Amino acid sequence: MTEAVVTFRGVTVRMPDGHDAVRDLTLQVRRGETLVLLGRSGSGKTTTLKLINVLLRPTAGDVFVEGRATSAWEPYRLRRRIGYVIQETGLFPHFTVAQNVALVPTLERWERGRVGARVRELLALVGLDAEQFLGRYPHELSGGQRQRVGIARALAADPPMLLMDEPFGALDPLTRAELQREFAGLEGRLGKTIVFVTHDVREAMLLATRIALFAAGQVVWSGTPGEFRRADHPEARSFAAVLDA
Amino acid sequence: MSLLRFYARNGAEVWQLLLQHLGLVVAATVLAVAIGVPFGVLLTRRPAWSTPVLGVANVLQTIPSLALFGFLIPLPFLGGVGARTAIVALVAYALLPIIRNTYTGIRGVDAAVREAALGMGMTDRELLRMVELPLALGVIMAGIRVATVVGVGTATIAAAIGAGGFGVYIFRGVATVNDTLILAGALPAALLALAADFGLGRLERALTPRGMRIGS
Repeated sequence: MTEAVVTFRGVTVRMPDGHDAVRDLTLQVRRGETLVLLGRSGSGKTTTLKLINVLLRPTAGDVFVEGRATSAWEPYRLRRRIGYVIQETGLFPHFTVAQNVALVPTLERWERGRVGARVRELLALVGLDAEQFLGRYPHELSGGQRQRVGIARALAADPPMLLMDEPFGALDPLTRAELQREFAGLEGRLGKTIVFVTHDVREAMLLATRIALFAAGQVVWSGTPGEFRRADHPEARSFAAVLDA
Repeated sequence: MSLLRFYARNGAEVWQLLLQHLGLVVAATVLAVAIGVPFGVLLTRRPAWSTPVLGVANVLQTIPSLALFGFLIPLPFLGGVGARTAIVALVAYALLPIIRNTYTGIRGVDAAVREAALGMGMTDRELLRMVELPLALGVIMAGIRVATVVGVGTATIAAAIGAGGFGVYIFRGVATVNDTLILAGALPAALLALAADFGLGRLERALTPRGMRIGS
C-alpha cells in the first residue's frame, strides 16, 4: 500500500448550530491517487476537503498532512503547497488572467521571467491560447474558460496535491463533459494527489482512482469505481442506480 | 450684479476665505481618512465591535453641527475658538461615512474570492492589500466623497466659532440682513461642494479596478 499523504483520525466538526458536519471521520488519502469524495449535499464532503487546507478546523480528532498535524502547520505555508479549485472559481475580478495564474508564484516571490514562462506553460496545459487570454479579465471569460484559469492557477506553483470542490458543477452540461474529459486526460500526466468533491456519480466514475462515499458526515463506503458498481451499501446502490438510469 | 461688484471689491478677502474653507475641509478629510479607514479595516477583523463603533459614529452624526461646535469650545486640547476646534468637529462628522463604507466595502467582497485567496495561501495582510482593499476601493472612495461634500457644507458653520471660511459672509449677512453678503458666502460654498462631488466622483471611477467596472 502506498504511503498516506493525508490522514483523518477520528475527526469531528461541530457546526455552531450543534449538528456535526463531519462525525468521527477516519480516512486516508494516498500519494498519487485521485480520491473522489462522493455524496449528497450536506453529507460532509466539502467540510472534509476544507479540513485539509485548514479553511476549517476539527472540533475533535486530528488531520495530518505529510505526517504532520494541520494544527502544527503555519496555515499559509500549508496552503501554498496545496492547489485549490472551487466551483465559483474565486478568480480575482481585478486581476488579469495572467495575474490570477501567477498568484502563488508571486506570493512566493519567484523571479519575474520564471513567472511569465510558467503562466504560459500552464495556460497551454489547460488549453487556453496565451496571446489571446493573458490580458483578459475574468468577467470577459466564459464559465468554462474561467474554470480552466482556476485550474491553471491552482497548479501554478506545482503543488504536490490538488483539492477540487465541484470545479465543474456550475457549467453547462456540454462544457462540463468537455472539461471532465480533458481533466481525466490531464490527471495521468500531472501525477498529483487529487482530492475531488462531487455529487455527480458519473463524474466520480470517470475521474476517480478511488471513491469515498459520504453520508451524514461519515464515509460509509470506499473502493475503486469498478467495485462501486457492485457495492451493496444502500447509499452506494442509490448512486449506482443513477448510472444505469 | 451687486454680487459681482462685491467680489470685485473684496477679491483678497474672498481668496482668504476660500483658502480657509478648503484648509478646514482638506485637513478634516485627511485626518478622518487616516483614522476611519484603519478603523473600518479593524472592524472587519473584529465584527463584534462593529455595532458599538458604528453606533457611536452614528450618534456623533446626529448632533446638530452648531451644537457640536459649541460643546467643543470649553474642552481642553480639542476645544477653544478657532480652526482646530472646527477641524475636530468636521472629523467627527466625516468618520461615520468613511468607517462605514470601509467596513461594508470589505465585507462586500465576494466570499468565494476571499476563500480562494486564503485557500491559495495569502496571509491576512496579503488578503487585505491585494484583494480586499482594491476591491473595496470604489465603496471606500464613495464614503470619502460623501464625507467631503458634507464637510464643505458643515465648514460654513465653523465661522460661528471663528474658524473662517465662506460662513463668515453668511453669518455677517444674516446679522446685517444683507442678501448680497449671504449669497456671497453661500454661492461659492455650494459650488465648492459640487466641485468636490464631481472631482471625487471622477477619482472614484478611476480607482475602481478595471475588471470591476460595469460595461468596461
